[in-house]
Amino acid sequence: MLYFTKWKAALVLLVCALGVIYAAPNFLPKGTLATEASYLPGKQISLGLDLRGGSHMLLEVDINSVIRERYEALGDTIRSTLREERIRYRPRDAGLDGAEVTIVNADEVEKARDLIRDVEPNTVMSGDGNNIIVSYTEQARKELVDRAISQSLEVVRRRVDELGTTEPSIQRQGEDRIVVQVPGLDDPSRLRAILGRTAKMNFHLVNEEKTASQARATGMPPGTIILPSADAGDRAAGINEYLIDRRVVVSGDNLIDSQPTFNDGRPVVSFRFDAAGGARFGDMTSKNAGRRLAIVLDGEVISAPRINEPILGGNGIITGQFSVQEANDLSLLLRAGALPAPMQILEERSVGPGLGQDSVEAGEIAAVLGLVFVIAFMVISYGRFGIYADIALLMNLILVLAVMSVLQATLTLPGIAGIVLTVGMAVDANVLIFERIREERNNGRTIINAIDAGYRSAMSTILDANLTTLIAALVLFSFGSGPIKGFAVTLAIGIITSMFSAIWVTRLLISVWVKRRRPTELVL
Amino acid sequence: MKPLHLVPDDVNVPFLKFRKIFYIVSLVMVLASVGLFVTKGLNFGIDFRGGILLEIKTDGPADISALRDNLGSLGLGDVSIQEFGEPDDVLIQLQRQDGDEKAQMAALATVTKALGDNVTIRRSELVGPKVGDELKEAGVYSVAISLLLIMVYIWFRFEWQFAVASVVALLHDVLITIGFFVITGVQFDLATLAAVLTVAGYSINDTVVVFDRIREYLRKFRKMEIPDLLDLSINSTLSRTTMTSFTTLLALIALFVFGGEAIRGFTMALIFGIVIGTYSSICVASPLLMVLRLNRKIPEGEETQKAGA
Repeated sequence: MLYFTKWKAALVLLVCALGVIYAAPNFLPKGTLATEASYLPGKQISLGLDLRGGSHMLLEVDINSVIRERYEALGDTIRSTLREERIRYRPRDAGLDGAEVTIVNADEVEKARDLIRDVEPNTVMSGDGNNIIVSYTEQARKELVDRAISQSLEVVRRRVDELGTTEPSIQRQGEDRIVVQVPGLDDPSRLRAILGRTAKMNFHLVNEEKTASQARATGMPPGTIILPSADAGDRAAGINEYLIDRRVVVSGDNLIDSQPTFNDGRPVVSFRFDAAGGARFGDMTSKNAGRRLAIVLDGEVISAPRINEPILGGNGIITGQFSVQEANDLSLLLRAGALPAPMQILEERSVGPGLGQDSVEAGEIAAVLGLVFVIAFMVISYGRFGIYADIALLMNLILVLAVMSVLQATLTLPGIAGIVLTVGMAVDANVLIFERIREERNNGRTIINAIDAGYRSAMSTILDANLTTLIAALVLFSFGSGPIKGFAVTLAIGIITSMFSAIWVTRLLISVWVKRRRPTELVL
Repeated sequence: MKPLHLVPDDVNVPFLKFRKIFYIVSLVMVLASVGLFVTKGLNFGIDFRGGILLEIKTDGPADISALRDNLGSLGLGDVSIQEFGEPDDVLIQLQRQDGDEKAQMAALATVTKALGDNVTIRRSELVGPKVGDELKEAGVYSVAISLLLIMVYIWFRFEWQFAVASVVALLHDVLITIGFFVITGVQFDLATLAAVLTVAGYSINDTVVVFDRIREYLRKFRKMEIPDLLDLSINSTLSRTTMTSFTTLLALIALFVFGGEAIRGFTMALIFGIVIGTYSSICVASPLLMVLRLNRKIPEGEETQKAGA
């Protein structure tokens, strides 16, 4: 058994060589790798956000608001269809289950149902008596959700790109979630600010017949709503809310650009409409000169300037009590476009670049020291064989780095811990083998026999022992998130590579030694 | 130079003779852990509870009590403030705020504003109620599933007595490790949960090595009394058990001392778990085979073959 066929020895050496080649790039700085060491594979292990610094955010898209909005629109369509056909109905509020109408005459219910089926083929109808509840089919609903999410992803991507960081990752997770990872971000509050807003901007006319508080006391004029003011200047003047027309005169969907700029030395936000929007805006401002225009962002009036003259070029500015940062953020949001639905930040984990660097250094020190301790201890305990085990151990580390580079796995702080733990556990297979050899020697076997028996009988134990740990690692991988996944990855890779290095590398070394020296004494 | 042997080659400790003592010690530890877990409970970190965590660096040594006054007056509920490794490093934790995710974001904004510009925020974590609950659920599932899978594996590879004994030993280790967390008050977060699972893997690994030997000796020494055979198996593998635990501990101690504050709790859990795991595979798992009436019929197949031959 100790005899190695040539091709088997070659195979072991080949794996080791490949390990060295693929691990090597990690020891070179990125620049050098590209220029002076281009013969090496270009893949390096990527560091997790906890080591390189950056922000991780988990966002949830408010799907219900999309659905409710769509059912409201569906309700509008149905009602206008019924009106055209002169079917009398009583309107109902749309909910999450569908748009609802009550048909006044029982004998018109069937006709109404047929009509609705014609205009909205992707719907199913339920309801009893004169009630009709129209809801989307499962398929249509799913498409609706998917479209909202992919639009959200697109908007989020545009917003994050504006931050100018390298390699942000934006991915959908599950039905209605988005994971945003931005490495190397210094200030997560900026990311929070730009991701936490829907940025739906609309222009409404202010109703100046009454003030908001008068309207509240004496009754709202038809078609009006009250919205809070977000303008610090207004608040200072004692204006907290506005009475505005519900109707949107121009929507922000037509914006094509927006930039932060200055007006009279104060930060303002300029905007530009596309042709259609510009025409509508010009038309609207011509007709309503002298009135106040409320600029509404996410349900708040950010500014309500008076229209002094028609604005015909499709350009305008938003004034308000902005700081430079706020003006920057607002223009960024307007440029990137509105989200189809509000989003919430469910989870955020940010690490500053300083801490990441500290963690890398601490991890390196711990790994090197742990390695030195274990190496020394193995030599003390097993002499020559200990050295062989140490060579295998180093080989194992190289293989872990190589596999991680090839798989483009992410190294996290717990991942470093996983590697250190692997260092401790990787020698286990050798311990098992050497102890077994020692025992067999004590039982009076010859050196070669003992070594042979040691490897053979330790094999099934090594397999059992490693597979059970591997099970734990795999479960951790499938359930864990972020950093913990990193731990599971290094642990799992470490277990697998250690089986190779501890068994085959040491065996090759020992067999070469036995062949060359023909030892008569085994110090173990 | 003669290599160092942690355990002499001719070691012969009559472990089985002391098994009643081990049972009592283990039972006390397990019961105490479960009792403490129920009465005192784990100090869950924000991963499972939801809430906010900030690690900040102050200009010069941090004035903890001033920070406490400052942040305590914000009306955000429990604020825990502690030094974190260095005198100018402070860890701030806020409890989960009433209300939904928006309330958490608002609280985060309030705190960062109150801290002002004189501190550097090195790390900020916010876990909303939804994610906290999900992580807790995933944690419970992952522990349950790994225990189950490990048990199934052992059951395939060994007789049922071994599977039961190893899982009892495993539960023993996991429960006592959790007890350790309750007693020390070390925060229990995602990383420590990972540590507990690793302990589970390690513990079973240690146990399997001894069991493999028992199975081998059952075939080899057909006349030996079971208690003697168990003792012999434990003693034959004792050197390996201690060696491996020792090398793993060496590596972990390096990690504990130099690996930085962020993974200290995690490393501590591993160190404790490995000590307990080593104890249980020597003193609990194998003696348990006696209780489960491990008998000579194992491995059945070979015996009948012999009789036929």
